[in-house]
Amino acid sequence: MTYVLQQLLNGIQLGFVYALIALGYTMVYGIVRLINFAHGDVFMVGAFVGYFTLRALARVTLAGASWLNGILLFLLAMLAAMAACTLLNVTIERIAYKPLRNAPRIAALITAIGVSLFLEYFSSLKFVFGPNYITFPSPLPAQTWEVAGLRISAIQVLIAVVATLLLLGLNYIIRYTKIGKAMRATAFDRDAARLMGINVDLTISFTFGLGAALAGAGGVLYVSAYPRVHTFMGIIPGLKAFTAAVMGGIGSLPGAFVGALIMGVAEVTAKSLYSTMADGVAFLILILVLLVKPSGIFGRAEVEKV
Amino acid sequence: MAPILEIIGLSKHFGGLKAVSDFDLTLHEGDLQGLIGPNGAGKTTVFNLVTGVYPVTTGDIRFEGQSILGQEPWMINQRGIARTFQNIRLFPNLSVLDNVRVACHAHGGYSTLEAVARVGRYRAREREITERARNLLGVFNLLGRQDEVAKNLPYGEQRRVEIARALAANPKVLLLDEPAAGMNPSEVGALMDLIRFIREQFRLTILLIEHQMRVVMGICEQITVMDFGQVIARGKPEEIQNNPKVIEAYLGRGVSYRTAL
Amino acid sequence: MKWKVPSWGLLVILLAAGAVLQLAIHLEVINAYWALVVTYMCIAVISSLGLGIIYGFSGQFALGHAAFMGLGAYTAALITRYMGVAPWTFAIALVGGALLAGGVAWLVGLPILRLRSDYLGIATLGFGIIVRVLFENSDKVIPVTAGARGMTGIEQPDFVFLWAFLLLLGAIIVARNLRFSSPGRALLSIREDETAANLMGVDVVRYKTIAFVLGCSYAGLAGGLYAHTFLFLHPSNFDFIKSFDPLLIVVLGGLGSITGTVVAGTAWVAVLEGLRLVLPGEVLEWRYVIYPVLLIAMMLTRPQGLFGTSEAAILRPREAEAPAAPALATEVTADGTHP
Repeated sequence: MTYVLQQLLNGIQLGFVYALIALGYTMVYGIVRLINFAHGDVFMVGAFVGYFTLRALARVTLAGASWLNGILLFLLAMLAAMAACTLLNVTIERIAYKPLRNAPRIAALITAIGVSLFLEYFSSLKFVFGPNYITFPSPLPAQTWEVAGLRISAIQVLIAVVATLLLLGLNYIIRYTKIGKAMRATAFDRDAARLMGINVDLTISFTFGLGAALAGAGGVLYVSAYPRVHTFMGIIPGLKAFTAAVMGGIGSLPGAFVGALIMGVAEVTAKSLYSTMADGVAFLILILVLLVKPSGIFGRAEVEKV
Repeated sequence: MAPILEIIGLSKHFGGLKAVSDFDLTLHEGDLQGLIGPNGAGKTTVFNLVTGVYPVTTGDIRFEGQSILGQEPWMINQRGIARTFQNIRLFPNLSVLDNVRVACHAHGGYSTLEAVARVGRYRAREREITERARNLLGVFNLLGRQDEVAKNLPYGEQRRVEIARALAANPKVLLLDEPAAGMNPSEVGALMDLIRFIREQFRLTILLIEHQMRVVMGICEQITVMDFGQVIARGKPEEIQNNPKVIEAYLGRGVSYRTAL
Repeated sequence: MKWKVPSWGLLVILLAAGAVLQLAIHLEVINAYWALVVTYMCIAVISSLGLGIIYGFSGQFALGHAAFMGLGAYTAALITRYMGVAPWTFAIALVGGALLAGGVAWLVGLPILRLRSDYLGIATLGFGIIVRVLFENSDKVIPVTAGARGMTGIEQPDFVFLWAFLLLLGAIIVARNLRFSSPGRALLSIREDETAANLMGVDVVRYKTIAFVLGCSYAGLAGGLYAHTFLFLHPSNFDFIKSFDPLLIVVLGGLGSITGTVVAGTAWVAVLEGLRLVLPGEVLEWRYVIYPVLLIAMMLTRPQGLFGTSEAAILRPREAEAPAAPALATEVTADGTHP
């Protein structure tokens, strides 16, 4: 029983990170109907920016106690990653996707694959991030606590707290701010939103930026828990996060969150049972979910107007 | 004479919304009937139920004496009920000829294997299909347009292609959903002639939804009026024109049909 | 029975060209590396034509193509492993690979093809990953595949290029005959408007399945050729990322255009290998930086692909047998009114 709960806990930890990526996928899909395959690579860039920030700050002491200092350094690294990813994704959107907004949907998708390849291989060049695996320095002391027989690490607490705060922040932005309302309106009907005076281009850029900020934060959190940074690290988490978004019902924010938790738990469980099959299990679950609910868990079945 | 299409106690609920409730309609061979009613009355939903797009909640639909409930749309089409759409739904990037030939497909009569190997019935049947499609385009005066991509045609011609495509399936019953929508008065006149003509030429039974009273009153022998999913009146055009319930449904109380025109 | 092919003359010229090329490879006028490249062109185009039938013709966004190629590759490699690589056993191996890929496509397609658009895409992509995981673990059932270590010991049959080239010609002819036939038009109508096609009497499920099974058989056939060209199979060769390759080719060529797929597939291999030639050794890693830049530039300038939906003249049907305007036409005047 303790074992099961422990796995659940580890799965939820991973699920929180997937959720941060999945939300970006689902928001972008909701607003421009694009599977942004490059999103996982933005997550990778976030991890690298976090790494370089931490390394640059390695000799800096911001606060006396090692805990406080570690947390502050970590937050700085995360903010830097979020800012860099936002900038990157908005630039990508302007250059590569915006000109194709009225082209067939597949054209933008191919461009997204191109952007993904470009980010992976360009950052593998020696003068960029380089092709090697880098170990991410842990910002926090390697402390674990025993609570009711479960081992909880400092990183797990950090991930849970930071991710929850980010998700609450996102929820606030989307529900209660003007730009959030503009996002929802644009996702619902772009032309009508434009006629209502919403700056659609700005709203779409903002959505890409917001999604990228979450991915950047997710990147730093991910490598804090799984401390290997490399230029192809975004592919599989990105794909799993996207799968989570589809499982939850693409376009639905709560769907992305629930889907991500399911993916995280499924993956950790499968790994502990039979490690070489783990990747397959997550996707088997996806297919089974889609066969029962073809539009995902929270997706609304579309009744086509004839 | 036994009816060709019989709709009995038909209901369709979308969640709590009763789009159609307890709807009855009978078509005999050769009928040309109209189905009218205010927007949202459930007319197109009736078409969607008859053609199998939506599953029926309760009731029965009988075609040539047999229930067609639960059949896939393509089966119903192959049995002999074809339709057009309120918002034109041609295959936009296919040529006009191919749009019509697609609907001949069910009666194409050769297998995919024969198609890829170009053996067996392929040549003869393909020639038949093309000939049939071109004949239909001829009827609708669209032969000159056969190689154009459907989406590039003007609106009125697209409507005609849609009717030609529906006829290509060789239907016994034709359901026309607002065939005159978006047409100018002279086009409407031509359309009325065309509908009468194809009924004779192809021995069709026609049910049409239409908002232009000129069309409905001009060519339909019997009219069914729907409001809020229910039949509120049925009869010959002149009876419908003076039916107070109909006038109320359309215009509210205290207005006559004449003033509405 | 008279077979209708685009043009007898052209076909003879192409056959002769293929034979000459094979001879050049055999006499080592063309070195082994370039022999691999031209053979791979044929393989990439066959596989892409398959996706063209699935996505370009019938509009089903399937992203598991590499998995079906892998199924064909492993099947064919296993068959020749036990039966040898005589021409007839190689033929059996290729057919076996194509049939297995097609059979699996049929089984998978039954439930999965009901999904629409992006949901179908991600489900097939997930299927691709499951298949890769199965390849990685396949040595537990079939030791000779060696699972994640990669399968070696595949023998090379004679004249592999010629096999690939002839099968490519066959694949083009079949795709083209399908495109200009009644079942082919049914596929196109599903791509254009699935609901309308259904209402016009097209058995949508049946034709989607036909397209998917046929297209995946193409991938299986290409896989069998791949196995016997490169003689080494690794699960990562058939990873989901590899499913993007035929997708890129089909979209770059123009969705639904056979001509476009052939040209784009050949050009795609040529560019990737050409970059290897052009770039000096020390900046070879720039190859995969330049390639996506070309890809993005290409999409931004021609989002509809090289050929749109059009076909080269030799692939179009000759409609000489079309009958003259029928008598009925005279009964309708110019504006559609009847006298």
